[in-house]
Amino acid sequence: MEANVVPGPATREAQPVLVIDKLFKAFGDNRVLSGFNLTVKRGESVVVLGKSGSGKSVLIKCIIGLMQPDKGSIELLGTVICGAGEATLDKIRARVGFLFQSNALYDSMTVEENLEFPLRRHWMQLSQPQIEERVLAALSDVGLAHTLKMMPADLSGGMKKRIALARTLILKPEVILYDEPTTGLDPITGREITNLMMDIQAKYNTTSLIISHDINCVKIAGHRIIVLIDGKCYADGDYAALSRSTDAKVKQFFQ
Amino acid sequence: MQRSTRISFFLEETGELGRFTWRFLTQWYRPRYEVAEFIRQCFIIGYRSLGLVGLTAFIMGLVLTMQLRPSMEEYGIAAQIPAIVSIAIIREIGPVITALIFAGKIGSSIGAEIGSMKVTEQIDAMEVSGTNPFKYLVVTRIAAATLMLPVLVMLGDAISLYGSYLGVNISGTTSFALFFRQVFEILSFSDVLPAYIKSYFFGFAVGTVGCFKGYRSSKGTEGVGHSANSAVVVASLMIFVIDLLAVQVADVLGLN
Repeated sequence: MEANVVPGPATREAQPVLVIDKLFKAFGDNRVLSGFNLTVKRGESVVVLGKSGSGKSVLIKCIIGLMQPDKGSIELLGTVICGAGEATLDKIRARVGFLFQSNALYDSMTVEENLEFPLRRHWMQLSQPQIEERVLAALSDVGLAHTLKMMPADLSGGMKKRIALARTLILKPEVILYDEPTTGLDPITGREITNLMMDIQAKYNTTSLIISHDINCVKIAGHRIIVLIDGKCYADGDYAALSRSTDAKVKQFFQ
Repeated sequence: MQRSTRISFFLEETGELGRFTWRFLTQWYRPRYEVAEFIRQCFIIGYRSLGLVGLTAFIMGLVLTMQLRPSMEEYGIAAQIPAIVSIAIIREIGPVITALIFAGKIGSSIGAEIGSMKVTEQIDAMEVSGTNPFKYLVVTRIAAATLMLPVLVMLGDAISLYGSYLGVNISGTTSFALFFRQVFEILSFSDVLPAYIKSYFFGFAVGTVGCFKGYRSSKGTEGVGHSANSAVVVASLMIFVIDLLAVQVADVLGLN
């Protein structure tokens, strides 16, 4: 059964940047996505809410092309992702940011080198002063300009998350995908990171798709919330509407 | 693990390693070339292994000479020590011991490094950043290991012979010139060439197994430890298998 709730105001009259149609993905007998549908419009901040192991991370990895779905289609910024070649994926990835759950900072590189890495790969025409300027601007956006020469091992969990966010921002993406952005952080730092994400969304006018099971993050960041149950979009609406839902499966997330 | 499960695991691993090697062979010559990372890896894999390889080689030459001396003196052929030691070191002991040291140091470090990058999603992050992680991480490391091991073997052999020269002089007096004249008189092209050719294969095996084990890492930090460990074990075993094959091939080609 799908519990349909009226979408929030941010979803109306905007161009879709992400269209997912009947997505299926299974690992052996474990079916994690069973006909998942989603449309995200430009400027929206959509949270996909679900239990651990419900297929949220698989979904986001399929969107960026790190995993191939078994069936269904994904169109991101007008490009069909499923079956796309390396060159096509590289082009689309230059326009999309991805914040990993584990931050995925390169251990062997300094913070500066971590931020320079995607710039040198995607925008090879940039000169060294331009690269340095962008690195400093991205670090300033997350309030960590002083960490330039530090190694990831010297940073706290919250700082690592901010640096990872700065690395995501450095390509000035149109869409940012967040995989469990507040996991492993204390509630205060988690709230700071969520607020930072929202500030970035407002400043750069990006579209956000956030995978989370942290209800505080959902409340702050979710203009629109998708509840993922049994591999499907079970409910779709804003926080106010979903938190009042009488459906037992939806209710359990908001108690 | 049951015997049938072990056999199927072995066959599956062998097949996957074959596919991984094929992927390297079909990708290394295609752009984009990660030249800066390749040079960095040559420095890490080659230069940073020199101390360990040099020390081991020196001790090996010295000990081998000291161990040989009593028996050689008993038969009255102590003067032949430089010739016998040089043949043993250049043809067999130098390449194999250096390759085993290399497998222990480089195989494990490649396995652990790539394994930890895999489990902490750094490889995925690299892919999202517009980089082919196979080319950036795997191709550069295998190529650097393949090219650096023969260089290390060559330097190790020289250091080992110097160790042998010192060993000879512990209880005798042989000049440096006389020692190395005897060494070069006995050595021929067919002693040196197969030894250096097989060193390339040793290096290739260490690099490939290290990258393969790291790339297939899973199950968090436990999996990383397992990758590093099995990279050393499998690479060491492969060194002996390649050595065995190299002897047979050299024999067929009349190089023995």
